[in-house]
Amino acid sequence: MSDRARAKAHQSRPDGGGAAATAPPPSAQGGTRKPAASQLAAWAFLAPVTIYLLVFYAYPLYRSLDLSLRNYTVRSFVHGHAPFSGFKNYRIDLHDPTFTPALLHTLIFTVVSIAFQFVIGLALAVFFVQHFKLSATLRALFLVPWLLPLIVSASTWSWMLNSDSGVVNSALHSVGITSVNWLTAPKWALVSVIIANIWIGIPFNLVLMYSGLQAISPDIYEAAALDGANGWQRFWRVTFPLLRPVTAVTLLLGLVYTLKVFDIIWIMTRGGPAGASTTFATWSYQLSFGNLLPAFGPGAAVANMLIVMTLIFGFVYFRIQRKQLES
Amino acid sequence: MSQRKTWLKTGIGLVLTGLMLFPVYWMVNVSFTRDRDIRKSPPNWFPVPGTLEGYRAVLHQQGQYIATSVVVGFGTVALTLLLAAPAGYSLARLRPRGGGALSFVLLIAQMIPGIIMAMGFYAIFLNLKVLNTLPGLIVADSTLAVPFGVLIFTAFMSGIPDELLQAARIDGAGHLRSFWSVVMPVSRNSIVTVSLFAFLWAWSDFIFANTLDGGGRHLPITLGIYHYIGNNNQQWSAIMATAVVASIPATLLLIVAQRYVAAGVTAGAVKD
Repeated sequence: MSDRARAKAHQSRPDGGGAAATAPPPSAQGGTRKPAASQLAAWAFLAPVTIYLLVFYAYPLYRSLDLSLRNYTVRSFVHGHAPFSGFKNYRIDLHDPTFTPALLHTLIFTVVSIAFQFVIGLALAVFFVQHFKLSATLRALFLVPWLLPLIVSASTWSWMLNSDSGVVNSALHSVGITSVNWLTAPKWALVSVIIANIWIGIPFNLVLMYSGLQAISPDIYEAAALDGANGWQRFWRVTFPLLRPVTAVTLLLGLVYTLKVFDIIWIMTRGGPAGASTTFATWSYQLSFGNLLPAFGPGAAVANMLIVMTLIFGFVYFRIQRKQLES
Repeated sequence: MSQRKTWLKTGIGLVLTGLMLFPVYWMVNVSFTRDRDIRKSPPNWFPVPGTLEGYRAVLHQQGQYIATSVVVGFGTVALTLLLAAPAGYSLARLRPRGGGALSFVLLIAQMIPGIIMAMGFYAIFLNLKVLNTLPGLIVADSTLAVPFGVLIFTAFMSGIPDELLQAARIDGAGHLRSFWSVVMPVSRNSIVTVSLFAFLWAWSDFIFANTLDGGGRHLPITLGIYHYIGNNNQQWSAIMATAVVASIPATLLLIVAQRYVAAGVTAGAVKD
């Protein structure tokens, strides 16, 4: 879903979380009311969201785990009573010929996307941080790919990359390169979805790195300039080291949110042709919903492996975030 | 000299922005292109002579999808505010024991891949018989925005001056009254921010719509486009016209509410 849109969410998240977790505001209530009554009121306000979290997050997660550990058929999916089968669904996945390619595609998709998004985003941030006429407006326009619904971006890219009538092939043609079957050739499908995903992810990296750059005091540059450092040296010796904390946050959030990208791939290629752009996310969906006879168990098992990968990076992110707050 | 330099930068900036937004331009261009020109090689770089046929098709075929998306969007906004605002108030002002843990759970909740949520919802909705219904879709879409909403409200409401709440208490207002008559009115900016993003995410949602409402009678615009791509591969001007229409909320958000977007975006991530 809105991974790009969601990118916005994590933006505010850490700060909001930090504010809530580490710096309880000096609330006036505490002093005058009895603690028990005040706790009751506090949790009364939290009750809706707590129940909501239990019903709509915890329970779906439990269902997903349960699905992966039982032998579900369509019948037992509706009526229950599926027999417990331990890790059989996971073994099915591991021995599935799709497993290795899907894992590989997931890793390539994630690493290549993030590498390009980050480098381009950082370069743009360095460019935009030097204020010039229209810089604020142009920077705002760079947010557009991020705010568009993914179905819009994905279908636009699909048409641009169309083999016969796409503008990309036409442009290649005009410089003497023969047409590429972007979405229909197995060796290009993954490249195509990566290109679209890089485009969507650049704004997120630009915004985060830009705010990181803004936090660097201009005095430091002045000092570096006085010491005779040129622009290139200033970037590598001054800017880049100071950006390290922001970089870590950006890359880890990028990992968490790129690992689970589903919409773009599904809309552009459905993981095809012949599984050439299948990742864990699309494979899991394919197993559970893509076939006439759904394989809910193996599908949930793939999804759970994905969640473990995601949460590993998620927890690394939280650790770094906490360290930064402490220092 | 320096004057010339900044104009040079503006020039480079314009070129870069043009490159970045080329796909958006192309979408608009194709949406105005006549069907007979659409497979021309090389393609028309400008929609001249253009046509409004694509948009006519949108009006006739996609109106209902758009209406459904609007309903789902507003439903999601309402549900999100209802859940997130009181929680933000409590976390920011009432010091609940275990509040830190709850905030942490909310952060993790945001990281759960959508397909896992979709799978869980599918199983639950099937049993509750709310598969392919709009209330079901609204509940699912709200999971995109509720954790974000709580965090925005917490951050914002922490900043409300104590005097304001003290004054309310001296006037005899209880928690509920303080929340409703004092905190909510001054939190207008955060309400707008959360509402905008909740609407945009619900409007853009594809995975929940496709999984939980694929067979419903009322389908959102994202599925309208998706089915369009699947069915009539020839009518790309109509598909792109629908895409342009589907981009309107995002565009409005950027133009009308840019400072609220900025509020949502710069609230954080980067600790300085």
